[in-house]
Amino acid sequence: MTPLIEVENLTLQFRTDEGLITAVEDVSFTLMKGEVMGLVGESGSGKSVTAKSLMHLNARNAVYSPGSRITLHADTGPVDVLSLRTPRELNVVRGGAISMIFQEPMASFAPAITIGKQMVEQLLLHSDMSKGAAKSVSIEMLDRVGISDAARRFDQYAFELSGGMRQRAMIAMALSTNPTLLIADEPTTALDVTIQAQVIDLMKDLVSEFGMGIIFITHDLGVVAQTADRVNVMYLGRLVEEGPVREVIRNPRHPYTQGLIAALPKLEDLDAPLTPVPGDIPSPLERPSGCVFNTRCSQVVGEECMALVPTNCRLDETHSVACHIYREAAE
Amino acid sequence: MSRSLIQASGLSVHFPIGSGLFVKQLLKAVDSVSIEIEKGSFFGLVGESGSGKTTLGRALLKAVPISAGTAHYDDGEVAYDLQELDGAELKDYRTRAQLIFQDPYAALSPRMTVRDIIAEPLEVMGLTKGRAETDERVREIAARCRLNLEHLRRFPHAFSGGQRQRISIARALVSGPKFVVADESVAALDVSIQADVLNLLKQLQDELGLTFMFISHDLSVVAHTCDHVAVMYLGRLIETAPTRMLFEAPRHPYTKALFSAIPSLDPDDDRTAQKLAGEIPSPTDQPPGCKFQTRCPHAIDICKSQEPALETEDGHDVACHRWKELMELVAA
Ligand SMILES: Nc1ncnc2c1ncn2[C@@H]1O[C@H](COP(=O)(O)OP(=O)(O)OP(=O)(O)O)[C@@H](O)[C@H]1O
Ligand SMILES: Nc1ncnc2c1ncn2[C@@H]1O[C@H](COP(=O)(O)OP(=O)(O)OP(=O)(O)O)[C@@H](O)[C@H]1O
Ligand code: SF4
Ligand code: SF4
Ligand SMILES: [Mg+2]
Ligand SMILES: [Mg+2]
Repeated sequence: MTPLIEVENLTLQFRTDEGLITAVEDVSFTLMKGEVMGLVGESGSGKSVTAKSLMHLNARNAVYSPGSRITLHADTGPVDVLSLRTPRELNVVRGGAISMIFQEPMASFAPAITIGKQMVEQLLLHSDMSKGAAKSVSIEMLDRVGISDAARRFDQYAFELSGGMRQRAMIAMALSTNPTLLIADEPTTALDVTIQAQVIDLMKDLVSEFGMGIIFITHDLGVVAQTADRVNVMYLGRLVEEGPVREVIRNPRHPYTQGLIAALPKLEDLDAPLTPVPGDIPSPLERPSGCVFNTRCSQVVGEECMALVPTNCRLDETHSVACHIYREAAE
Repeated sequence: MSRSLIQASGLSVHFPIGSGLFVKQLLKAVDSVSIEIEKGSFFGLVGESGSGKTTLGRALLKAVPISAGTAHYDDGEVAYDLQELDGAELKDYRTRAQLIFQDPYAALSPRMTVRDIIAEPLEVMGLTKGRAETDERVREIAARCRLNLEHLRRFPHAFSGGQRQRISIARALVSGPKFVVADESVAALDVSIQADVLNLLKQLQDELGLTFMFISHDLSVVAHTCDHVAVMYLGRLIETAPTRMLFEAPRHPYTKALFSAIPSLDPDDDRTAQKLAGEIPSPTDQPPGCKFQTRCPHAIDICKSQEPALETEDGHDVACHRWKELMELVAA
């Protein structure tokens, strides 16, 4: 397998009125071609921001630390994403090699332009298709994501669609350019599960058809279990656990991942109380020193949790966890 | 006093859509829906995306015009016919029926402090006599939603998703509503805080005597929180039952397909979703007979010509010509 995108020591802060906010800290991972990676974690943990970094697409107040490096292995050779500056250079990644399905479907469609017109413009920008061809590709994609009456929906505005149809239209738009990397940020939250299953199947088909790599951001662990090969778990800007999907779901090691899985409502037992991970994620302005999870962890092993940032412990070749509990095991 | 807070009968919401200069078509977003929501219940609404859940919720909040049918609200203090409601009564209804927004990020203005965000409905509706009373009400509801004084002074971007959702909840509840529509209110939250927000909603329901209409695609969440569930398909209500009954023995073929598609946590689980072949019908061009017949694996001739009516048995309603026969088949 060959790497598709490599993220090395990504650290990202935002300048705000209240000071510098650290949104991502020292995150490294590699996605292989044809691999589906699930990215899960508490809201505010930096999943969307990490994903947007891959397209160099964060807000203007974003500051990347000098050691941060993102390398995209495009068909034309490696691209150092964070060094891209001009719109022309950026076009290569944005909507070209990489497509992103954004978390806010409303925000990704301009309100005064029809869905179809936007899809066609996107295709014209990133391919040498004719207008007519772009239109038929767009309608075909709308149809493939399960939008009935696609030809008519093509001429509608985003506000005229239900939440789920908007989300599917966005998925269709992202897939129509046939990207090498698809970033899907909570793409199925507004869909009923039958349509969700259909969209997931479509994505899997595209992986096997075109060897596309996918980063799938979702809080639905069932969806992760059914789609991803590997899972990365983030908490407060840090990657706390990484491993094959079976391992992480069946045998979670980090106390946060364990809490996440325990909090799932189970269909087998409707009387079981819902058990959240106690406490709130700290404000990004008040990042704890030491382990970022120490304010909520029920398994604190000692002073080191408060003082030392846990390093990544490799449990085996593919599964690693950043927690002091496992330090001795690794040594 | 009636037991139901909301009672709708034959409720429809039709949108005119222009496709061309003269052709005005009707999109039947909600079509002849009858439901009853008991006081103090946590009423779940699930179904196909685009089936009209949000529109039904908005119609009951009187945020979109009702095209046909009736809807009544009765909380013991006041009783309203929603179809007729206007003027001072409509203003009063707005304080009694509230929506919790879906997206805790988009819903909160970044330029306002949390205190101002929560206070806004009180100020807009002129519900308090002055700043002191407003502050008092804001503090009270904020405390119930586990937000402290320190939080009230800050701006929303400093908060996590779960906290923002609690801010939205406080804002929706500050006017003291009896009926609350929560449209995908926990969809954006990861499970660890989702559980927390759901527990909070249940607690508030209990403490404040609220009635919830809970719209969600997450069936395990619905199963755990709602006491009654209704399923919609293409503008119609196709099945409704107490939660446990529905999940133990769904009667409608669409509901069965829906349950079979819940993604399993086990990556090796081959129990694949029951695939629904066939055209997903368009709401502007609905099939004759049963609305589900274009995708139903059990459709027969009668399904193509006659629309099944809602049949009640043991407090469980379903609209399908063949439900009984199909249930017996499963049992045998
Ligand atoms: N433009 C910005 N300015 C300041 N802070 C920002 C900006 N964009 C994001 N952040 C902050 O960065 C952190 C990470 O946000 P991000 O959106 O990546 O979280 P997430 O993991 O995607 O959460 P969710 O599951 O809720 O979508 C948050 O604390 C957020 O408030
Ligand atoms: N303002 C509007 N103008 C025209 N059509 C509309 C409008 N609002 C909703 N619709 C249509 O009404 C139908 C029902 O939409 P609604 O948003 O109620 O569905 P929903 O069940 O909430 O779906 P989802 O689960 O995707 O949110 C859809 O076909 C939608 O396109
Ligand atoms: S390092 Fe310590 S505080 Fe952090 S997760 Fe592990 S045990 Fe808990
Ligand atoms: S009435 Fe016929 S088509 Fe409709 S759900 Fe029942 S069996 Fe299927
Ligand atoms: Mg996000
Ligand atoms: Mg909706």
